[in-house]
Amino acid sequence: MHDHDPEERFQAIIDDDGRIEPRDWMPPAYRKSLIRQIAQHAHSEIIGMQPEGNWITRAPSLRRKAILMAKVQDEAGHGLYLYAAAETLGVDRAELLDMLHDGRQKYSSIFNYPTLTWADMGAIGWLVDGAAIVNQVPICRCSYGPYARAMIRICKEESFHQRQGFEILHTLSHGTPAQHDMAQDAVDRWWWPSLMMFGPPDQESTHSEQSMRWGIKRFSNDELRQRFVDMTVPQAEVLGLRLPDPDLRWNPERGHYDFGEIDFTELFEVIKGNGPCNRQRMADRRRAHEEGEWVREAAAAYAAKRAAQREEVA
Amino acid sequence: MNTARDWPLWEVFVRSRRGLSHGHVGSLHAPDAEMALRNARDLYTRRREGVSIWVVPSSRITASSPDEKDEFFDPAADKIYRHPTFYDIPEGVDHL
Ligand SMILES: [Fe+2]
Ligand SMILES: [Fe+2]
Repeated sequence: MHDHDPEERFQAIIDDDGRIEPRDWMPPAYRKSLIRQIAQHAHSEIIGMQPEGNWITRAPSLRRKAILMAKVQDEAGHGLYLYAAAETLGVDRAELLDMLHDGRQKYSSIFNYPTLTWADMGAIGWLVDGAAIVNQVPICRCSYGPYARAMIRICKEESFHQRQGFEILHTLSHGTPAQHDMAQDAVDRWWWPSLMMFGPPDQESTHSEQSMRWGIKRFSNDELRQRFVDMTVPQAEVLGLRLPDPDLRWNPERGHYDFGEIDFTELFEVIKGNGPCNRQRMADRRRAHEEGEWVREAAAAYAAKRAAQREEVA
Repeated sequence: MNTARDWPLWEVFVRSRRGLSHGHVGSLHAPDAEMALRNARDLYTRRREGVSIWVVPSSRITASSPDEKDEFFDPAADKIYRHPTFYDIPEGVDHL
C-alpha cells in the first residue's frame, strides 16, 4: 500500500466504497467539481428560502405559519451545513457568496418560478422538496465524507418538508371547490419544473460520467426522474389531484410510468437567466446580504467588547 | 474585523443525551466562543438533538497527518494479541 501512486490509492478507496476525507490527497479536478456542486447546492438552499418566505406573513393559520417558518429556517440550516462542507475543500464561504452574488455560481432553476397562491406552499413541499429528496438520498453515500454527512442530516429534515406540503394540498383538495381548484392550479404549474430538477436527459448531461466514477453521483438524471414519477403518481391519486401530462400512464412491460416529453428549452432559458424570477431572486439575495451588514458589524463589535472586558478582569 | 469574512471557524461537538460522549457534528463561523455556542444551538440542535454543546476553534485542533497514516498507526497493526479473539479457550469454559 505504501508506494502507490496517490491517484491509484484515491480511486481504490472510492472503488472500495470508502470515503475521502478533507486532508486526503485528491485529484484537483475532483476537488474542483465537488466545490462547484456543493456550492451550487448550498446556494439553492438559501435562495430556496425566498419563494416560501413570500408566504410566511400570509399563512392561513398560526399553525401553518409556525410550520412554514420552521421549514424556511431548516433551509437556511441546510445552506450552512453545505457551506461548511465546501469549506473543508479549502474555499471560504465569503468567497462562495461573492460568486453567487456576481453570478459566477448558480443555484437550482426551480427557485426562479413565482409562488402565486398559498397552494404553492403545498406544491413546493410535496413536489420540489420531494424531487430534492430523490436527488439527495443517494448523495448520503457520496465518496466525499463531509458532503455525505451533511446530506444525511439534510435528508432527515427534508421528510417533514415534504409531508407538510402534502398535508397542505390534501386539505385544500378536499376543501371547497375554489380551494380544490387552487391546489390543482399549483400542481399544474409546479409539475414540469419539478421534473426538470433532475437535470438534462442523460445523453446531454455533461458532468455525469466522471461524477459516477468518482462516487459523487450514483444514479443518472433519467433514473432519478423515473423514480420520482413512480413515487409521485400514486400520491397524486390520494390527493385527488391530476398531474398535467396526458401521456402519463403505467407501462406494465417496463414496470414504470411512462410520461410525456419534457420541454428542456424552457429549462435552458431559465438557467440562462430568463426565468420569471431570476432577476428578483438575485436582487433580493444581494439586498439581504447588504442589509445584514449591520448585524455582522454588531456581532463583531460585541465580541470585541466582551474580549476587552475579559482582559480587564484578568 | 468588521464582516463575517474574518470570523474564525469553530468545530461543533454535541452530546446527544446524558451518558453519551460529545460527537463532532460540523462547523460554523462566529466572532467569538459565546456566539459560536448560540449559533451551534440554532444550527445543530433545532430538533433537540443535544443536551450539551462544545465549540472549539478549528485552528486549535492538532491532527495526525493523512500522509503518514499507515506508519503512524502501524505499531498497533501487528499486536493482534490485544484482542480477546486471539486466544484459544478450551471448550466448556464459561464467563471468560
Ligand atoms: Fe433543504
Ligand atoms: Fe426542504
